Amino acid sequence: MTDRGKRILILFAHPSPDRSEVNVPLAETSTEHSAVTFVDLYREYPDLRIDIDREQQQLREHDVIVFMFPLYWYSTPAILKEWQDLVLEYGFAYGAEGRELHGKTFLCAITAGGTENAYHREGFNHFEVRELLVPLENTAGLTGMHYLPPYVLFGARTAVEEGRVSEHIAGWQRLLDALAANTLNLKRAAGSNTLNDELAAIAGSTA
Amino acid sequence: MTAYFLQGFIYLIAAIIAVPLAKRLGLGSVLGYLIAGVIIGPVTGLVGQETVTIQHFAEFGVVMMLFLVGMELDPRSLWEMRNKLLGLGGLQLSLTVGAVTAICLLIGLDWSIALTIGLVLSLSSTAIVLQTFSEKGLTNTEGGRSAFSVLLFQDIAVIPMLAMLPLLAIPELVEIAAQHGGGEHHVELSLVAHMPPWAHALVVIASVVGLIVAGRVLSRPLFHYVASSGLPEIFTATALMLVVGIAALMSLVGLSPALGTFLAGVVLANSEFRHELESDIEPFKGLLLGLFFITVGAGINFAALQSNLLIVIAATLGLMAVKGLVLLIIAIIFKIRSSARWLLCLSLAQAGEFGFVLLSYTQQHAVLPAEIAQVLSLVVALSMFLTPALFIFFDRVITPRYKETEGEREPDKICEYGPVIIAGTGRFGQIVNRMLVANGIETVVLDHKASQIEEMRKINIKSYYGDATRTDLLHAAGIEKASLLVVAIDEPQRALELVEQVKKHHPHVKILARAYDRMQNFALRHNGADVVISETYHSALEMGEEALLALNYHPFRAQHLKYAFEETEDEISDDLYLSWRDEDEANTFSEHTRDLFLKLEDKIRHAMGQDRDGKHSRSERGWTPPPKNYLDTIQGDDNRDNKGENQD
Repeated sequence: MTDRGKRILILFAHPSPDRSEVNVPLAETSTEHSAVTFVDLYREYPDLRIDIDREQQQLREHDVIVFMFPLYWYSTPAILKEWQDLVLEYGFAYGAEGRELHGKTFLCAITAGGTENAYHREGFNHFEVRELLVPLENTAGLTGMHYLPPYVLFGARTAVEEGRVSEHIAGWQRLLDALAANTLNLKRAAGSNTLNDELAAIAGSTA
Repeated sequence: MTAYFLQGFIYLIAAIIAVPLAKRLGLGSVLGYLIAGVIIGPVTGLVGQETVTIQHFAEFGVVMMLFLVGMELDPRSLWEMRNKLLGLGGLQLSLTVGAVTAICLLIGLDWSIALTIGLVLSLSSTAIVLQTFSEKGLTNTEGGRSAFSVLLFQDIAVIPMLAMLPLLAIPELVEIAAQHGGGEHHVELSLVAHMPPWAHALVVIASVVGLIVAGRVLSRPLFHYVASSGLPEIFTATALMLVVGIAALMSLVGLSPALGTFLAGVVLANSEFRHELESDIEPFKGLLLGLFFITVGAGINFAALQSNLLIVIAATLGLMAVKGLVLLIIAIIFKIRSSARWLLCLSLAQAGEFGFVLLSYTQQHAVLPAEIAQVLSLVVALSMFLTPALFIFFDRVITPRYKETEGEREPDKICEYGPVIIAGTGRFGQIVNRMLVANGIETVVLDHKASQIEEMRKINIKSYYGDATRTDLLHAAGIEKASLLVVAIDEPQRALELVEQVKKHHPHVKILARAYDRMQNFALRHNGADVVISETYHSALEMGEEALLALNYHPFRAQHLKYAFEETEDEISDDLYLSWRDEDEANTFSEHTRDLFLKLEDKIRHAMGQDRDGKHSRSERGWTPPPKNYLDTIQGDDNRDNKGENQD
């Protein structure tokens, strides 16, 4: 748990990046991070024909796996689902021999159109974001990865106008630093609803 | 009977000997036929008396030619030509008639005779000109199309001329004709001979309308009926019947048969049977047209020529000069430039076969005295005889001169620049261009086929004439500022040179090249092309997928089998390329390449759904379920793992 220099793989999925206001700036910041390998899935596989061997090799070479995407219908954009279907093969990610992902950390960095209030039992969407991502959490479980709650920007459609983007990006940078340096308290974080809640703790620990 | 066989034999053998010889000497087939005619007619006297009869028969070749010409034009393109038709054609006709008439008046001829001569000589030879155009591939050039407009206008103008000529009849001649009791037996079978003018007009209109309606409505069922018999000769017979029938109808109502069949051709231009009709009529047309030219040659009256030699020669040369001059003026007015201008002037400077028709008509209607008509027919024949010489002059003198300057004039001035230069706007480059332009990307399109450029301009795609392999033109097209060059030119060698040059002098430009086949693909790659697409490869892949679909494969599976094929191809093509390059350098056929091809086939077969590890077929990799015994062997383990983690 104390080894230094974790390698982070960000799998970015945005089908119309030319319209993006938050995800693309977030992604650009990510590419500048030294510990990060950044993959724009729609750029690599515009026809959704994913190179399974290449993706699996990339997974082997990293310790932290991040899905970065805008929430589409309470789930990932299509290519990330395709990626899961193809790359997380029997014998690679699960099954008797399939232990390649064991011990890695998995998390999502997402943007949601609805406000934070909307993602509550009483709210418009009836579920917490973390609850909606349960399929991914279970996938992480089955493949032996440590699941972390998502890092979320709510109300993404108005974030630029309300000047919330730079703060969000700064938070993400701190998270990346903590993940790379392995200073994030994974056990504590795993119990939160969102990783945003952990930012204060990170700030405290580094201060 | 024997006489017919003999004469037929003489005509044929003359054509067979003379035409190939003339072609080999670069004189064109028309001159070959004409010379053959002269040799068997006036020179050796093998044929003689029957030429006039055969000439009538052979005029049918002209009729067929106009049928075929009509079929090349659908009404829409005819309508698009209307300005040229009226402008060029109308001006040529009126100016020529005016000039010739004026000259005749100056030398003291009666005005009615002068006007008749003007009308007769204003027409040019559709037969010679179109035949020569198609032989020399000039039909679709600017000059060729302008000349065609003029010819078409002339052919139409024959009708009012035929109507007008009898009005010019000279009373004394009419009397002579009446005394001889002649005229009557010359007058051909006619429905309208004794009708009042208004009835005549009605009949004419009814025939033309009937022709168009019947062509539209009846031709389809007729051809279907005939085609369903499965007897090609009956189809040929139907095609002939059609042309003969229309020609007969038009003659009966006093219209030009050639014009009638032309009209029928236009009506049938959109018919699904068009190509079959064309190929059925074509050989008849060729032979009959040839026969027609032979009869022109054979019909030259040497005795009359000798007695009027100077007059005939002077009149012929004078006529050609006048017609050429008129055409030159028109070409200047209509801004037809460079070699096209010369082609128009030279190609139409003769009198034509309709001149013969009008001449015999003037005889029947006592418009011209016999001696003038005879001289005129010699002038017509001689001018037709000289036309191939003018074409040779055009080929040898004009064209080479303009090859140089045409290079100066066309490479058109390129005034717009774009990040993309597209060389070649054939079926391939065109699509690339359309896609880019549709996305608002500025392109500069180059092609060295002027006709292609004009086609593109018609559909509002700006493109420029020029050989893209020339460095100065590439510079003019803005290669320094361009970021992309799409090479889609047809000639493999030129494409290779272009890629090599641009890569050498402008390495910043990304080159996308279209390859004819795998070997050219490698060659283009070798010369520095960044992306090479083999022109038929992807469409063939699509077709392969369609084939699988047609065999009831599930669409998703069919698509992924296609992908698997493509991926395997891509994988091994690098190896193949390297092997090809070594082979190219060693200039031997290496066993290695063949082995690679065999390996490729093997790999592809393997990729196509043969099981990998007993369970996973490559083409469906990742969508295959875990093994059937997966739960038995794993679940316990798995649960423990999960539990461990969750409680950790």
